[in-house]
Amino acid sequence: MKRAVERHLNILEFTLASLLRRKAKNLSLLAMYLLVIFILASLLFFVTGLKREAAVILNDAPDMVVQRLVAGRQDLVPDGYAAEIAAIRGVTAVRPRLWGYYYDALNGANYTVMAGDDTTAISEKATIGAGVAKVRNLAVGDLLPLISYDKAPLLLEISAIFPSASNLVAADMIVISPVDFQQLFNFPSGQATDLAVTVRNAKELPTVAAKIAARFPDSRPILKSEIQRTYQSVFDWRGGMTLIILASSLLSFIIFAWDKATGLSAEERKEIGILKSIGWETSDVLLLKFWEGLVISLTAFLLGVILAYGHVFFLSAPLFAQALKGWSVIYPDFKLMPVVDAYQLAVLFFLTVVPYTTATIIPCWRAATIDPDAAMRY
Amino acid sequence: MRRSLQFLLFTGVSLIIFMLLPLHALRAQQRSADELREQSFLFKSLQLTDLCLTTEARYTRHPAMADRHAPFQSHPVALEHFPSGSLILPLLPGRDRL
Amino acid sequence: MIELSGITKSFNSGKSNQFTAVDNVTLVVNPQQITVFKGPSGSGKTSLLTMIGCMARPTSGRIFLRGVAAAVPFQQDGVEVVEITSLPERFLNDIRRSTFGFIFQQFNLVKGITVLENVMLPAYPTGEGRADFRARALDLLEQFNIARLSGQRVELLSGGELQRVAIARALINNPSIVIADEPTAHLDTKLSQEFMAIVGRLKGEGKSVLIASHDPIVFDSALVDSLVEMRDGAVINSRSCR
Ligand SMILES: Nc1ncnc2c1ncn2[C@@H]1O[C@H](COP(=O)(O)OP(=O)(O)OP(=O)(O)O)[C@@H](O)[C@H]1O
Ligand SMILES: [Mg+2]
Repeated sequence: MKRAVERHLNILEFTLASLLRRKAKNLSLLAMYLLVIFILASLLFFVTGLKREAAVILNDAPDMVVQRLVAGRQDLVPDGYAAEIAAIRGVTAVRPRLWGYYYDALNGANYTVMAGDDTTAISEKATIGAGVAKVRNLAVGDLLPLISYDKAPLLLEISAIFPSASNLVAADMIVISPVDFQQLFNFPSGQATDLAVTVRNAKELPTVAAKIAARFPDSRPILKSEIQRTYQSVFDWRGGMTLIILASSLLSFIIFAWDKATGLSAEERKEIGILKSIGWETSDVLLLKFWEGLVISLTAFLLGVILAYGHVFFLSAPLFAQALKGWSVIYPDFKLMPVVDAYQLAVLFFLTVVPYTTATIIPCWRAATIDPDAAMRY
Repeated sequence: MRRSLQFLLFTGVSLIIFMLLPLHALRAQQRSADELREQSFLFKSLQLTDLCLTTEARYTRHPAMADRHAPFQSHPVALEHFPSGSLILPLLPGRDRL
Repeated sequence: MIELSGITKSFNSGKSNQFTAVDNVTLVVNPQQITVFKGPSGSGKTSLLTMIGCMARPTSGRIFLRGVAAAVPFQQDGVEVVEITSLPERFLNDIRRSTFGFIFQQFNLVKGITVLENVMLPAYPTGEGRADFRARALDLLEQFNIARLSGQRVELLSGGELQRVAIARALINNPSIVIADEPTAHLDTKLSQEFMAIVGRLKGEGKSVLIASHDPIVFDSALVDSLVEMRDGAVINSRSCR
């Protein structure tokens, strides 16, 4: 037992000495490997984090949203719809929602304007998201002038700013009273953007949706489960950027594993011959190569994953923020709640560490099985 | 200390940190329960349906609410919204039902 | 004592370019002596030594090791003879590691690592504690007056220093038999004489030394106990020099 441990330690010792010989080459190898793992792991953490956040928050989404379509495009819903839907068995509440987008010509930002509850939203006051406050440099008590559709200015006093913890849902939001909303957009009264429907029993949702669709053929009911699934599929691994990053890092990894697998230099071959001739067995040489692959790949894997965790959950993924941000003026700086998906990390491990280590050992297999006397003939 | 032991020590420490990541995540999740309650209150009272991830295009700001024709207005492949539009995909027919 | 009986080594047997490098050699090599194998190039000296040193197997014939403390697990204590030609690969390797030390013509040192590490290299896979063989290696370097070079990388050394490193490496596992193939081919006269002095010391420590050489400094040396002359794979003359 002790001898076996010593043998491993000794061979590991030589592995390290031998890796340090080509310090620049092996360090750059390690750095590149680390970068690949870091990007892949960051992506995994980021996407899983977003998915989880979406799953948790969307739990509170309305049971169903009913839209009306006109010529295939979303249109306003008359109040009559709401009354009739409310009469359907199993429906407990129907709430017309008033919301839309406001383009701010001053800075090119798009705000989501929403009418709050009649009871809570006070006329000529607004509650805004932290993102809006930031781009317009607003504090509580300041005035936010918006230009309404009939060119009349609408002066809103900021009554509150949503805490930055809620950025992921409300960064670009301006919540005003329904009256102000109608004035701002010249919005016809007696109509709504869409209807939020609450149903007594979640099991009845599909039945209720079917009834609504039958009663109003121009309506489009969106179930809560569909909303949730949208978010699960939005961050699908097949999705654009995700796929590009995944593919390019895997490709670079394959190129570089291939380079390793095919290129056993004459010098390395000779070295293996020397080791054989001074009494190393084939298994000793393979152990040496195993350690050589593992030292690089395990170090890169562990450090890469740890750094990625910090990058995504402590630094809010600046690398991907740029991508999400795009041209948008308001970008919510949100902190993702940390999540670790053991299955994904295991897959990452088996896609990177295992093939690399194998790629290090396999080409040496033949070289390691040469007769020990070959070294006598160099 | 021997180089091999130094390496094993280093790897051991990294491994421990690596193992601590899920624990850290779990604790952070528990600690943030209050914050989440606040968000969910907002979500509920305003009857929201979408996360505010990017404010660039209609279908990236409200993917769940975008009608099937929203992508039409900036599809195919939506290059005009390149970075975010490629991360948050337009809802193609059937994509909302996995 | 090493006994060879009817050793033959053929390369490419069964093919048109079949070549017999060692032809039916029967020989006794005495322990704790210096034996020199002499002969023209291509006469089969290296081939013979690799077979004695358990690096290659003969095509036919048998080799016995007598009185060597060989690391053969199934060997009973009283039994002193090991027939190495029929042993499985694993045991052969163990014997090679514990019984033989090799000094190669080209030294075969590993570039890029230090002198000390090169000397310790054969001990790594034995599972011995590092501290133990490290002390032994430093001791050997001290003996050969190259202790000051222990941290140096080998590519910076001179020919004579390289030779001494190679000898130290051959001795690290404390072998009872040292095999040197053309050890003086890259050395000048003075260094060759120094080498012979070291060989004399090894003999004094009770080791058997087998040298293949066509250098007169080696085979004419007064230290040599017996001389084996080879030609075309056969032993044409074997005599004691005492
Ligand atoms: N693997 C091999 N395959 C075919 N022929 C070989 C092989 N190894 C050695 N030989 C041949 O066997 C013969 C004996 O070689 P060996 O190296 O034993 O001679 P040597 O006496 O050591 O010569 P030198 O003094 O030049 O070192 C040579 O003719 C060589 O070409
Ligand atoms: Mg030779």
